[in-house]
Amino acid sequence: MKLSPRNRLGAVALTGALALTLAACSSGGNAEEPAGTAGSGDEAPAELSGSLAGAGASSQEKAVAGWIAGFNEQYPDVSVSYDAVGSGGGREQFLAGAVQFAGSDAALKEEELTQAEERCVGGEAVELPLYISPIAVVYNLPDVDAENINMSAATIAKVFNREITTWNDPAIAAENPDVELPAIDIIPVNRSDESGTTENFTEYLAAASEGAWPHEPSGDWPISGGQSGQGTQGVIDTVTGAEGAIGYADASRAGDLGTVALKVGEEYVPFSAEAAAKVVDASPRAEGATENRLVVELDRTTTEAGAYPLVLISYHIACSVYEDQADADNVKAYLSYVASEAGQERAADPSVAGAAPISEDLRAEVQTAIDSITAG
Amino acid sequence: MALTTTPRRSGTSPDGEQVDAGAAVRAASTGRVGSRVFAGLSTGAGVLILLTLAAVAVFLVIRAWPALTASSEELGDISWFNGDSVAEYVGPLIFGTLLASVLALLIAVPVSVGIALFISHYAPRRLAQSLGYLIDLLAAIPSVVYGLWGALWLLGVVDPFFEWLSGALGFIPLFADYQAPAKNILSASIVLAVMILPIITAVSREVFLQTPRLHEEASLALGATRWEMVRQAVLPFGRSGVISASMLGLGRALGETMAVLMVISPGFLYSFHLLQPGQHQTIAANIASKFPEASGLSVSALIATGLALFVITFAVNFVARWIIARRAEFSGAN
Amino acid sequence: MAVDTAPAPATSLVDPAQGRLPRWATWAFLAGGVVAAFLLLLVLGNPTVAGVVGLGAVLYAVGATVASFVVEGRRRAVDRLATTLVTGAFLLALIPLVSLVLLVVTRGMTSFSWTFLTTDMVGIFGDMTEGGIAHAIVGTLLITFAAAVISVPIGLLTAIYLVEYGRGPLARAITFLVDVMTGIPSIVAGLFGFAVFTLALGPAFRAGIMGAVALSLLMTPVVIRSVEEMLRLVPNELREASYALGVPKWLTIVKVVLRTAAAGIVTGVMLAVARIIGETAPLLLTVGLVTQMNTSLFEGRMATLPVFAFRQYEQGGTGIDRAWAAALTLILIVMLLNLLARLISRWFAPKGAR
Repeated sequence: MKLSPRNRLGAVALTGALALTLAACSSGGNAEEPAGTAGSGDEAPAELSGSLAGAGASSQEKAVAGWIAGFNEQYPDVSVSYDAVGSGGGREQFLAGAVQFAGSDAALKEEELTQAEERCVGGEAVELPLYISPIAVVYNLPDVDAENINMSAATIAKVFNREITTWNDPAIAAENPDVELPAIDIIPVNRSDESGTTENFTEYLAAASEGAWPHEPSGDWPISGGQSGQGTQGVIDTVTGAEGAIGYADASRAGDLGTVALKVGEEYVPFSAEAAAKVVDASPRAEGATENRLVVELDRTTTEAGAYPLVLISYHIACSVYEDQADADNVKAYLSYVASEAGQERAADPSVAGAAPISEDLRAEVQTAIDSITAG
Repeated sequence: MALTTTPRRSGTSPDGEQVDAGAAVRAASTGRVGSRVFAGLSTGAGVLILLTLAAVAVFLVIRAWPALTASSEELGDISWFNGDSVAEYVGPLIFGTLLASVLALLIAVPVSVGIALFISHYAPRRLAQSLGYLIDLLAAIPSVVYGLWGALWLLGVVDPFFEWLSGALGFIPLFADYQAPAKNILSASIVLAVMILPIITAVSREVFLQTPRLHEEASLALGATRWEMVRQAVLPFGRSGVISASMLGLGRALGETMAVLMVISPGFLYSFHLLQPGQHQTIAANIASKFPEASGLSVSALIATGLALFVITFAVNFVARWIIARRAEFSGAN
Repeated sequence: MAVDTAPAPATSLVDPAQGRLPRWATWAFLAGGVVAAFLLLLVLGNPTVAGVVGLGAVLYAVGATVASFVVEGRRRAVDRLATTLVTGAFLLALIPLVSLVLLVVTRGMTSFSWTFLTTDMVGIFGDMTEGGIAHAIVGTLLITFAAAVISVPIGLLTAIYLVEYGRGPLARAITFLVDVMTGIPSIVAGLFGFAVFTLALGPAFRAGIMGAVALSLLMTPVVIRSVEEMLRLVPNELREASYALGVPKWLTIVKVVLRTAAAGIVTGVMLAVARIIGETAPLLLTVGLVTQMNTSLFEGRMATLPVFAFRQYEQGGTGIDRAWAAALTLILIVMLLNLLARLISRWFAPKGAR
């Protein structure tokens, strides 16, 4: 077991606060009575100050920048930082106690949950799906006027698996009877670095392509020998750089590139914030999810009308119990802002991150989980 | 830090005690202590260099150890890991690193020698120094800027040329099947070549300038043209210098990160298709690409590849110095 | 170089029966080559500037060489070709230099301003064009300074050891390994910094000092090399004169040798700093990036100009403009250091040292 110096200090405090910890534990099943002892009144922590550090997924970096700015309008004295070190790094730092919250494209793993209990002084991890972002399949066909090209997951899988190699392939043409497709080669472009975007994209292909995608879902692109780009901008640059290229990237960055409408049920759905939020609502909770860990098992094969199943969810991970009152208050205030209508609206702004705002129902659940955060 | 190891070196050169004049007695006693401390300090610093190099190797090995000893299943859990062991994973990377560097060298050396000759023997003498500075400017440009330049400018410029190359010489596998955009190893090598150009030029230029004037004038007096003089007098004299400069350039190209990272479409193959994307990747660029999202064992695996790079550059430099040392003894140059 | 300005010397041994091309022939062939290239490309498709210049150069080289071969004979033709190639190599190297500088200046100027230099990135999000690099400049300067503080004393002392004390196998080993150390890839240096500190202080530890240690690994050999060179330039007569006056060796080194070489040493150090200040990869691995000013080298991540430029490029959108402006700033700093170094060596060079 590794203990950072900070944790070791914390351990001393931990033994001192054993009673409180036990109280926090027992309250796990009963959220009615928050275990907070000090006057951590629910409302109006009017004067917050101190610093709040987060680290994690680069996917939500832009949104977090917007949230921090918005949060600081309300609480100018709290200095919030977010370090886009990647999901794995963020979780690692969070569990080591180096940051108060993490951003992660994936939920905590089994063994990380055990570590989280320790990090959260006996409480548990809080996982909130606060960043929902549609992933667009973008293409560079300047001569195609149509707003979108329609594709089913199977067609996309074959395109990226290089079984369909020209744009006027019958499979694509059949789905786009009204579009005049050029007779040029398709150049598939993937992310070259490991990313949540790739993971969600391959997950979608594996689940929805009816076997046309032979690879396992993975954060790392499984096929070699093709064009790729470092980071989202690398993908966009590469797709922009060659006519006939097709790639996948965070939808807010599609810019002037054409985007593919996905086949859902019997219709084709272009990406939009609403369509992305819809699939999250239509999806069940993951196995092992609790009131605090709102982990979503995305239903990639949904047939719900108007849902866009190619989305990325990035979680905010925090503790249900913090050692320090100030930490608890700051995290609570920050997460409440992020979950609030204003916060979600801000991230949804296409100029900020183009995320999909969470639905009212989800917000209510998220708020309940946030309210349970206490200091122990 | 430097004080910890101070093996005493016997004063082989004049020390305080050599002077017996009365006035110098005080100076001599402080001198003796001072000299000893000073000799110790500077020797310590030298030893520290040795220790640092050893520390680099030791720390990299310690951090890489979990990956080096991990079973293939554990390694397989890393999403980007292909192969059963670190050695299997790093193989194509080493190949890509060497290929990119050697290509860069093939491009850069002739051009550099040309530039060096131009500055030393062709350009008007008054301009020569300023022209030298101009080339040195290339060395002052940070690598990330080269990356930006490569990704946003060069790829577009070389595209028609590659298109033509692949069309005209596509029957040679080396140049087959170009695919736009030009994010292939040849583009990366061009950027690398530009980056190592100044160092090769600078060293070659210095060596060419040291050609004995008499050799040159003798050659000219015999009626040689300027080129014949260069071939007979300058190039033979400068050969070892050019080789050593090339090795320096090679060392630098091997470890260059950002330019490759931003230009190439990586792949993990043993492939000689220079114009195809997704065939090659270098160790350094691979580390920079994977490191930010890495944690736990994957960090160790990346550090293990870094260790391989360290060993390779160490070996290249080692061999280079050895060649230079031997050649220097024979040719008497420098 | 007596040969520099004189055109090819007396033709006594070149076959006198052969004629010579007139002086204007070079220019005529050059113009002809470019025009021919343009026409050729026009027939084949679309003439681009790059295509015309490239093909024109090839046509010129071929045309001039052939003509020279016919009129002047083989030896002169080869000479002419060599001149063309050597000049061509130089001009070729100017292409990246000129395009790079033009690109950085034109793209960089769109965001470059005083405000850009004096604000940080706190509260900047989305498409906002505000924000700046004050935090990155401070971070770069701090980390570079720390790296210099580590490497200059070590480098200086090692160079003194090598020049003034070093004999025998130890000195040879050090000389050799310093050479090898010059070849350490920057990313390996970054991994070293990362490995040392994370082993000692836990995997999540990040601080500016990590980057400084990594950079000092790259800087030290450069400092040693340049200082060594400077110390060797100090004439032995000065040392001997000092010994003869009864000055102990260490004082001789400090007061005579170092003082004589001071300007050169400062120049060398500044060039070493200029060399590492633009390093990206080691800092990417060790200090990362933050949006606000961090003035502590020992706690937390720091923003630096190269990493800032890289990450802003990766962010895309308005970030690309910031990336170019940061690149411009970085180049300006490096140029400034280079200029300063040259000026110092010119102004303070000891009078009789050359």
